[in-house]
Amino acid sequence: MLGAAAVTVAFFALPLLGLLERADWSRLWADLTSPEALEALRLSLVCSSSAAALCVVFGTPLSWVLARTAVPARPLIRGLVLLPMVLPPVVGGVALLAAFSLRSPLGGWLHDTFGVQLTFSTPGAVMAETFVALPFYVLTVEGALRSMDQRYEDVAAVLGASRFTVFRRVTLPLIAPSVVAGTLLAWARALGEFGATITFAGNIAGRTRTLPLAVYLALESDQQAAIALSLLLLVIALTVLVSLRDRWLRPA
Amino acid sequence: MTGAAARVWEEQRIVAIRRRLVPVVVLAVLTLFGAACGENDADTAGSSSTGAGARAEGPLSGELTVAAATSLTNAFTRIGEEFQAAYPGVELTFTFDASSALTNQLLEGAPADVFASAAEADLAELTEAGLVAGVPSVFARNELVIVTKPGNPEGVSRLDDLVDVGIVSLCGAEVPCGRYAQQSLDAAGVAIPESRVTRGPNAGATLNAVSQGDAVAGVVYVTDAAAAGDAVDTAAIPADRNVVASYPIAVLASSGAPELAAAFVAFVSSPVGRAVLEELGFLPPA
Repeated sequence: MLGAAAVTVAFFALPLLGLLERADWSRLWADLTSPEALEALRLSLVCSSSAAALCVVFGTPLSWVLARTAVPARPLIRGLVLLPMVLPPVVGGVALLAAFSLRSPLGGWLHDTFGVQLTFSTPGAVMAETFVALPFYVLTVEGALRSMDQRYEDVAAVLGASRFTVFRRVTLPLIAPSVVAGTLLAWARALGEFGATITFAGNIAGRTRTLPLAVYLALESDQQAAIALSLLLLVIALTVLVSLRDRWLRPA
Repeated sequence: MTGAAARVWEEQRIVAIRRRLVPVVVLAVLTLFGAACGENDADTAGSSSTGAGARAEGPLSGELTVAAATSLTNAFTRIGEEFQAAYPGVELTFTFDASSALTNQLLEGAPADVFASAAEADLAELTEAGLVAGVPSVFARNELVIVTKPGNPEGVSRLDDLVDVGIVSLCGAEVPCGRYAQQSLDAAGVAIPESRVTRGPNAGATLNAVSQGDAVAGVVYVTDAAAAGDAVDTAAIPADRNVVASYPIAVLASSGAPELAAAFVAFVSSPVGRAVLEELGFLPPA
């Protein structure tokens, strides 16, 4: 068992070591602090943080509904929400384009009525990232809601607390670690988003060119810059995932 | 437990097991289906290679992988069909991507027999690395054109107009079509702020940003614009500002089937290949 586990760990560790081995350490700092890299990093942080915030705002009520109510067609709703986890992100981008481009009814209406254009805009990049990151949040929080001891909620309700008070004062504190874990997972996934973003929001410097897009572009011009940016993404993501510790990934 | 209760319990258990089995069965069926499809392919390939023996051009058979610039997708797909009709024993596979991306892949050891690039510089890089067998030959040329939304609502007619319209779609600065577009813009003295330029990873994606997405205009190959048909309108770039792209093709040194590869290269420049290229809007080599 230990041997097999070691092979698995090596399978994940070797590509990272390969990246480290290829990196040119003497110019790493210069690559990471170039104006293009800093711009992509800033945009990435803005977009993935916004996406994570949207996941909390929209994902929390949905998780609660999925975990606590007998809403009809629940398996279908859950399937729909989890779909972006297994869907190729490019397909997600094409679907977003079909729904929100200026030529789609909804996108056209948004543009004509509010002057809003989502494609090729930073909000569009945030939308694409939210689309792929939301399942990670919902899965984590719904799992926590299901596995928590619901008798606390019952007691609070019996003592006269309203549904919302129960949620705010009892449920939320109990599942807080999972909310944090879900948010961080969603944030990390949003940070790495590529396919849906380039398809839906394009690849515009300072507007939609996040770190993964910058890596892809740099691969063709300057491999060392691409590797430097890849390492940066890797360090950020690994830090987030390690900081999640077992405690937070276990059901509340 | 009474007998009836036990029976009910047993039935429920069976139902539960059946339910659990459903995904497994579905997966198994899909796997078998996939395997069957693969076998069918093998069958057709097998039967056609036996058929090839009876044909005059028979001796050439085997697998051939051709890496080609995205802008060659339509042309090479059709030339490939003609090639396979002439050499039924050949199993032809294409990899289409930006020439610059393909160059990187080939440098990393991607297996291919033939490389057709949209830029001579990319093939030169491979030649320098010792990956090319023989001398590349130019088989076609291409030019750039401005594409806009159907009906051209923003009234884009010249490169200068691209400065103050919405989002402009260009190829990545390192992709051949991006390099050519830059040369063309430089020749016209036009500088589009980078904050309004979306960079496609290859010629196809760059066109798609206009035809499918919401980019107002783009600079792409004449041939790609023609292939897009009604999805875009075009505005010509005058010759003194246009860039002529030369497409070289070569057999790769690592090819496991150099004869077959040479046959494909010859076929591209044959009257059949020329006719397809010309029909799709490519210019003949200078």
